[in-house]
Amino acid sequence: MGNFPFVVAMLLVILGLYTLLFKRNLIKLVIGASLIETGVNLFLVALGYRTAGIAPIYTYAPPALADRMVLPTPQALTLTSIVIGLATTALLLSFAVVIHRHYGTLDVREVKELKG
Amino acid sequence: MRGEMSVIVRTIARITYALILVFGFYVILHGHLTPGGGFQGGAVVASGFALLPVAFGAAAAKRYLNPSLMRHLEEVGSLAFLALGFVGIGISFFYNVLANSGSLFGAAVPFGPNSGILNSAGTLPFMNWAVGLKVMTGLMTIVLVLLVGAGKEGKD
Amino acid sequence: MNALSVHAPVLLVATPLLAAFVVPLVAKLGSTVRNAVVGVFTLLTASLAGLVAANVLAGSGAPSVYVFGASPLNLTLPSGMHVPIRILFEVDGMSAFMILITALVAVAATLYSFSYFKEHSGGEMYYPLLFLLLAAIFGMEETGDLFNFFVFLEIAGIAACGLIGFRPWRGRSQEAAFKTMALYTLSGLFVLIALGLLYGQHGGLNIAYLSSRVGAEMLDLVALGLLVVALGMKAGVAPMHMWALDAYGEAPAPISAVLVASSQASLYGLFRVLFTLFGAAVSVAALGWFLIALSVLTLFVGVTMALLQKDIKRLIAYGAVSQIGYMLLGVGVGFTTSGSRPAYGFVAMQGGIFHMVNDAACIGLLFLAAGAVHRASGTRDLNRMGGLGHDMKWTAALFAIGALALAGVPPFNGFSSKLLIYESSFAASPILAAIAILSSILLLAVFMKVFQAAFLGPRLLENVREASRGMLVSMLMLAVVVVVFGLFPGFFVDKLVTPAAKALWLGRDAYVRAVLGG
Repeated sequence: MGNFPFVVAMLLVILGLYTLLFKRNLIKLVIGASLIETGVNLFLVALGYRTAGIAPIYTYAPPALADRMVLPTPQALTLTSIVIGLATTALLLSFAVVIHRHYGTLDVREVKELKG
Repeated sequence: MRGEMSVIVRTIARITYALILVFGFYVILHGHLTPGGGFQGGAVVASGFALLPVAFGAAAAKRYLNPSLMRHLEEVGSLAFLALGFVGIGISFFYNVLANSGSLFGAAVPFGPNSGILNSAGTLPFMNWAVGLKVMTGLMTIVLVLLVGAGKEGKD
Repeated sequence: MNALSVHAPVLLVATPLLAAFVVPLVAKLGSTVRNAVVGVFTLLTASLAGLVAANVLAGSGAPSVYVFGASPLNLTLPSGMHVPIRILFEVDGMSAFMILITALVAVAATLYSFSYFKEHSGGEMYYPLLFLLLAAIFGMEETGDLFNFFVFLEIAGIAACGLIGFRPWRGRSQEAAFKTMALYTLSGLFVLIALGLLYGQHGGLNIAYLSSRVGAEMLDLVALGLLVVALGMKAGVAPMHMWALDAYGEAPAPISAVLVASSQASLYGLFRVLFTLFGAAVSVAALGWFLIALSVLTLFVGVTMALLQKDIKRLIAYGAVSQIGYMLLGVGVGFTTSGSRPAYGFVAMQGGIFHMVNDAACIGLLFLAAGAVHRASGTRDLNRMGGLGHDMKWTAALFAIGALALAGVPPFNGFSSKLLIYESSFAASPILAAIAILSSILLLAVFMKVFQAAFLGPRLLENVREASRGMLVSMLMLAVVVVVFGLFPGFFVDKLVTPAAKALWLGRDAYVRAVLGG
């Protein structure tokens, strides 16, 4: 396995950053933010992996493998991050809806009443 | 009606709506034993609720899902969660007074792999229910507002 | 009484949360009941803040620890463990100082909101969001666990953006809210990457635990860089300050004041990371000069762009951004000279930290006065308003007090903190003191222009009435703080600022020992 999960996670973050910086549609900006969140969540989950480990749950855990569980704390951190990402995406999308109602367009170059 | 989908989708939606709700409540209930818990189960139940406007159209869905009831339940869920934090305030905030105490959810859990005792973990199942209630109603409120309320003009 | 002061750190976060959940229920009973409930909860929160701060400052200065879900509640290391596994709140001198600032701004903003939103409905969503924001700011300032800090940071961001876009019938505020939320999300995710790096390297995210284990290896330095950039982005440090202008300028006036407190809480997080977390591990010179460079850029950009503005709130927003530069300059100089000339460095830190409370009071006062001006004249354009001083004497006087204090004119409080910063940054480099003084002069020129354009001259608008009583009382409260802190600076520096500066500068060992023992 090595560093492969971390490389993929950072690749997702870079793709999301590219989308957030260079795309013009507001919805694509939201998708870019969501991509970065996905990459970071994957990074956090991959941190806790122990080689040949099983899920950190004692209910019906196979007794032979019960001492090789992956770390549960990063999974808790990831869960919190997913919830926060959900709230953030919902808020961004509702603002995008109202912006479309006011400006008539979703192009971020047209939504520029605030400058200077 | 406006926004309705085909008859295949509507039939399957009727069948799977109940199944999704049951699965969601199972995930919420068993949060202290299996992967899941308040947020995950609440999101599943909200997906089940969200099936209704998609399959039957927004107007029909509002007959089944009452937005003001959802808002009230959301407030109840959040207040319940905070109240559960105060239950153990004699010792510390969020202290689990019921765990390992022999009363309502207080069966002692043996260390190591076991077959999952539902009656354990103290205030955690209550917190799972409170969070699950808040998440399912909150997410459904968001879906309803984005679907239905987006067309209206804003006022004061 | 004793149980109350023991549980006060948690109640300080739980009470605004409770208020946020209770207000929608009681709002159905009418706006008077809702306002009464909001007022009661705000006063309760402010007294709890005072209680927490008094307990910490009256003690020997050792941080007080509150562990969630543990029996007894200062059991940081459960039996047989060497790693703190529970979330804990650790309140030391710097946290107590920030809590007092937030409580002051909270009371002023809530009192102002009663009158500001009298004709508007939607109050059942405004006050819950405001209380959520306050709970998150208090949580950020009290916590001793980095992931808890991240969660509160995100909650504050979401609540703040909900409040910025609170009036959806104006498209500009929605645009500001969208941009602010996108930037908050980006910075929050950078913080999370840094936390993931630290967790993977050391196995825990408790600040005291990490502080005793972090070194100067590559991954720790990458995490430090990410944290500095991300927390600076949230505090409004240039060149990542663009969101702050839109956000402060478009939010309702009381929310701009609370947003300043929220940015200061992110700045507090930056100081906590720099001094307590990486204090023993990182060589100070390069990082200190980087911070000083950023602060000078912030000062310069903030003040010079303020000269060009026609919108009164956006202009004050630029002023707010430039003041963040002063705080960062003071602490950056402290960080840099901590090895070579610690006496100067400590004074610089005192100046930077004292400037936090002065800035919160002055900028809060200016934003509230700008809101009163906007409400009375119906416009925010400086070209279209004039002669408001004839009818709004109190607002004009309070605006003048805030502007003079911010520009560093004695006998107001801005002079005291800026003098400390001028004197001590001279030790790091004379050019810094020159730039700081020049920025103050430019800021005075900017505010003179605003005062003349808005309040002096012949009347340009009709039907201008004085701001209502609630707004005047809240502005008067902040003005009293400005004047009193300016007349007796030594007293307040001794009682409030020096414990805070000591907690950052020298208190790292006490912080670690409070959690890990021994």
